[in-house]
Amino acid sequence: MKAVTVNNIKKRYGAKKPFVSALEGVSFEVEKGELFGIIGPDGAGKTSLFRILTTLLLADGGNVMVDGLDVVKNYKDIRERVGYMPGRFSLYQDLTVRENLEFFATIFNTSIEANYDLVKDIYSQIEPFKDRKAGKLSGGMKQKLALSCALIHRPSVLFLDEPTTGVDAVSRKEFWEMLKKLRSQGITILVSTPYMDEAGLCDRVALIQAGKIMSVDTPEGIVSAFGKKLLAVKSDSMLHLLNELKACPDVEDAYPFGEYHHAVMKQGGQKELNNYLLRSGKAFELKEVTPDIEDCFMALMKN
Amino acid sequence: MSNDKVIIAEQLTKRFGHFTAVDGISFDVHKGEIFGFLGANGAGKTTAMRMLSGLSMPSSGKASVAGFDVYRETEKIKQSIGYMSQKFSLYEDLTVKENIRFYAGIYGMTDTFIKDKTGFILKHLHMESEADKLVKSLPLGWKQKLAFSVAVFHEPKIVFLDEPTGGVDPVTRREFWSMIYQAAETGITVFVTTHYMDEAEYCNRVSIMVDGRIDALGTPQQLKRTFNVSSMDEVFLKLARKATRAAD
Amino acid sequence: MKQFKAFVKKEFHHIFRDTRTVFILLGMPVVQIIIFGFALTNEVKNSRIGVLDNSKDAATESLINELEASRYFDIEKNIYSYNDIEQSFREGKIKMAVVFPQRFGENLQHFNKAQVQLVADASDPNVANTLTNYATAVVMDYQKRITGNRQLPYTINTEMRMLYNPQLKGAYNFVPGVMAMVLMLVCTLMTAITVVREKEMGTMEILLASPIKPLKIIIAKAVPYLLLSIVNVASILLLSVFVLEVPINGSLLLLSFESILFILTCLAFGLLISASTASQQTAMFISLTGMFLPTVMLSGFMFPIENMPLPLQIISNAVPAKWYYMIVKDVMIKGVGLESVWKETLILAGMMFFLLAMAIKKFKIRLA
Repeated sequence: MKAVTVNNIKKRYGAKKPFVSALEGVSFEVEKGELFGIIGPDGAGKTSLFRILTTLLLADGGNVMVDGLDVVKNYKDIRERVGYMPGRFSLYQDLTVRENLEFFATIFNTSIEANYDLVKDIYSQIEPFKDRKAGKLSGGMKQKLALSCALIHRPSVLFLDEPTTGVDAVSRKEFWEMLKKLRSQGITILVSTPYMDEAGLCDRVALIQAGKIMSVDTPEGIVSAFGKKLLAVKSDSMLHLLNELKACPDVEDAYPFGEYHHAVMKQGGQKELNNYLLRSGKAFELKEVTPDIEDCFMALMKN
Repeated sequence: MSNDKVIIAEQLTKRFGHFTAVDGISFDVHKGEIFGFLGANGAGKTTAMRMLSGLSMPSSGKASVAGFDVYRETEKIKQSIGYMSQKFSLYEDLTVKENIRFYAGIYGMTDTFIKDKTGFILKHLHMESEADKLVKSLPLGWKQKLAFSVAVFHEPKIVFLDEPTGGVDPVTRREFWSMIYQAAETGITVFVTTHYMDEAEYCNRVSIMVDGRIDALGTPQQLKRTFNVSSMDEVFLKLARKATRAAD
Repeated sequence: MKQFKAFVKKEFHHIFRDTRTVFILLGMPVVQIIIFGFALTNEVKNSRIGVLDNSKDAATESLINELEASRYFDIEKNIYSYNDIEQSFREGKIKMAVVFPQRFGENLQHFNKAQVQLVADASDPNVANTLTNYATAVVMDYQKRITGNRQLPYTINTEMRMLYNPQLKGAYNFVPGVMAMVLMLVCTLMTAITVVREKEMGTMEILLASPIKPLKIIIAKAVPYLLLSIVNVASILLLSVFVLEVPINGSLLLLSFESILFILTCLAFGLLISASTASQQTAMFISLTGMFLPTVMLSGFMFPIENMPLPLQIISNAVPAKWYYMIVKDVMIKGVGLESVWKETLILAGMMFFLLAMAIKKFKIRLA
């Protein structure tokens, strides 16, 4: 049995035409114990998808099974066994850390003690502040508390909607380390993020854009499906270089990428581009690189 | 690059009670420069930006923005800067045109100027057919590009961008940066914060704040060399991991 | 049950950690009762009254002197006709007029019987009532003095006329009125806001995705406000009995039962509002216009329903506070029992069940 099966889900908003389409026939499956990433920019439909998966929203078409249960018919059972951390901080700011955790434990018919081993790693980091109001915590600590609350009933599937949005690079790294530990305890995790670089930390990812899934695969699989030569170039005049690359007939697409520009080749390779750039007489550095998820995402978007 | 300094900060400090949010930062930004202002959550970026944009009075230190003093000439500073943040930049329930009109009106632009420039901007953004649509009906990437155009509409000397590309798709993110480059070409100084470390590479110079102080300042190449790493991501992590202060 | 208890505990944390709200919730009834109470007693000192003396004899002269000497009244001069009286009332110069008919002294002398007319501006019924009572007392004192030990007593009839509000509705009306208002605010407004706040904060999303039953959520949200309202009813009653000396003439048990019925009606309305709105502002706006304004305007507390245009009279029937207000007045002031208010009670109960059913029907088990 799969942990999550999503089959041709459609969702649109607005009572009359033109409808705003949030999801246009989304399908994928998540294996038990997998750390599954849903990667896409804001407005791609990630939050709608998560709300449908957590029984909070009804889809307009298609069906979804979570832990073998139908999200519409068996919504009550699903609510008992999934954990959900919404996109924005959704705890009681005027309750203390301990009170929040206790409250959510009770709501889920359990107690902190019963599942302490599961949240220990995360909760122990904020336990020194257990009498502090949640509203007075720092961003990273709020996130840890929210994760503890979502885990306290030992969910079989954990849904994390953009847990790292607006969080700095250090806290993001820490958060992903926590997720890896949780996966090792057998919890299936679905996590959405707009940060392409986080895709590499997942077992498998679905790339989503404008309500459609563009690709579902392992990060390596997605990269190997890129299928074209990718070259990285830099020079002293990056703006000029970009225009030059865009004008090259062998180059399909060129865009800035960190300190380099990336050039997706229609045909030819390093040698051909090297010759082309030499004509302008300016110094440059050129190398072939393996694409990362962001390159793949852009290539899929432009298809 | 010209050498006139449009932002000069010397030992700029902001204290809230016993808490020193910004702890004596000093730096210069040149005209037409794209200056990346990085730091973990809670490092003091927002407070520093507020002081530089005339919204918050420093506790001590000196700073001038566009040639105006941050203590005495905040109104003049506000006239010479533009501001855009990831959140709350445009009115969702006004149309594209109404938003432009409103912001231009705030800065006292003349009607003919507004009319001409609105046409120019909409054409440039390929949004002529969206001119009378409500902003909330636009995709996020378009909103952000429009918000940037609005922020530089009155041709400010400096534009402050607070995480302008958060959550935007990679293609639009690059289009956004090409707009930033164009603005810098025309002499507008760009002061930008971001959580995307690859975007730090696009800046002429980058400063990294840790615990209220600027711990590193230089071109991306210099910083990578200094810390002996291959990406800005690693530079940032090396510095931010040292932070002792809790975020926010 | 454990879930439910934890939830109610959480609600109390929310309430008591917001000191301002606690202060408003518990302080409001006290402040209102005191304001209304003192507004009532302060007015009657040195009130301006007019005297129309159509007789101009020794008896009227000495009575006018008596009135003038009393610390309750200041006499407005320049009143020579009924028209002057009316004019002065309109302009708010006087609160009451004393009218002596022609041959007052003569009638008193020859027939031992005379009439004096007291005309009061009853738009403020409490003041009107007090003033006429004081004036009557002055007249009675005078009468007693001139009667002395004679066998055939003089009788001066005081004939009272209340202008603008002939039935003198409003004496002690404010205690039931304040009760209705306070309960409305606490139950409807606060309940609506507290539920909507969870929606705004995003916590409702987590609650809905948890196994706790939606019905349990809304009941648990309402319970603290039910308890707070009971405290408010008790404090209003204590203040009115011991500070304002408005007695409870009827059964306290019946009064409590009716109050709880009204509280439940208000709670149900608050929950209904919260189920149909998504922002605290909207919830507040609907509560204030949908419940608070009608309570003040159409319950008969501020303005007598009998004097309203027919359409407003009909609309007032839909205002729960009107029925509660009638019940409390009857039970508390007239001292009647359930046999006299069963009709109003049934109407209120009907409203409560209707609103509650609507609220439960409207409450969503999902978002949007």
